[in-house]
Amino acid sequence: MTTPAFNTTIHHIQHHDASSKVIFGFWIYILTDCILFASLFATYIVLYNNTYGGPGIAQVTSLPYGLIQTLIIIFSTLTFGFGFAAIYRGNRNQVMFWLVITFLLGLAFLGMEQQQFAHLLHQGYSWQTSAFLTVFFSLIGIYGLHILVALLWIIILMIQLSSQNLTSMMKTRLTCLSLFWNFLNIVWVFIFTIVYLMGAIQHV
Amino acid sequence: MSNQTLIADAELGTDRKLIKSYLIGFFLSVILAVAAFAIVEQHILTGESLYFALAAFALAQLFVQVVFFLRLNANTEDDKWNLISFLFTILIIMIVVTGSLWIMYNLNYFMMH
Repeated sequence: MTTPAFNTTIHHIQHHDASSKVIFGFWIYILTDCILFASLFATYIVLYNNTYGGPGIAQVTSLPYGLIQTLIIIFSTLTFGFGFAAIYRGNRNQVMFWLVITFLLGLAFLGMEQQQFAHLLHQGYSWQTSAFLTVFFSLIGIYGLHILVALLWIIILMIQLSSQNLTSMMKTRLTCLSLFWNFLNIVWVFIFTIVYLMGAIQHV
Repeated sequence: MSNQTLIADAELGTDRKLIKSYLIGFFLSVILAVAAFAIVEQHILTGESLYFALAAFALAQLFVQVVFFLRLNANTEDDKWNLISFLFTILIIMIVVTGSLWIMYNLNYFMMH
């Protein structure tokens, strides 16, 4: 004979187990995505000198511009963190508020990147110009694509949050998104260091 | 009922702990990013030492992000698996990146000589 209380405990444990498996699975996906970016970085370092008479890294990037993007990304991680902490308060409105702020920061970042690409293309420098520009557009473009996906994901979660409470399923989804957003911040640290900072040294 | 309040209390503590950790991580990250920017912009270091300094700043930044934002640790069994898979990925990344660079620079060298 099992008591109802016992049954709910079992149910709770099983549920917890399922959500922790989902999060672990998503974590493994993030780690494989890290390997994708690692191979892009390796390609970038191998090819960044092959400019084929076109512009080099110092001509296509500006260091203060990169610093502003870095600060936006770091700040957005903090705002997402505030939203994530609000889950533990069970405060849905605060979660929503911080998601909106994070979304706007991510959008600002993406806008800056788009501006940079548009400027380069306007000058007639596309990914067809040289091996360096191919790998530059690939690395930064694929990063921007990740940000875009994360922004769409935030919109979807906001729509879901507006129609339901902070259920354990919503918590799992928000946890996965928070891991994804942190991962994007970490990848950007390396883009900032290898592309922007080390590229500026060439210039000196 | 009492069980439920117990959970609520525990989660309330979690929320404050998280915010504290995120704030520390945020300030350290900003300091590291601005410092890395400053040593390049102000020409404080030159040559190889500058590259090593930048690499050190990036690794410090990675460490801050992992500890204060991702909050990887080895407290529970689940956390241990997260940490082990993370360390394994770092190993794979080292092999992919250093291996690629090693091979490509050698190929470059042999083409020139």
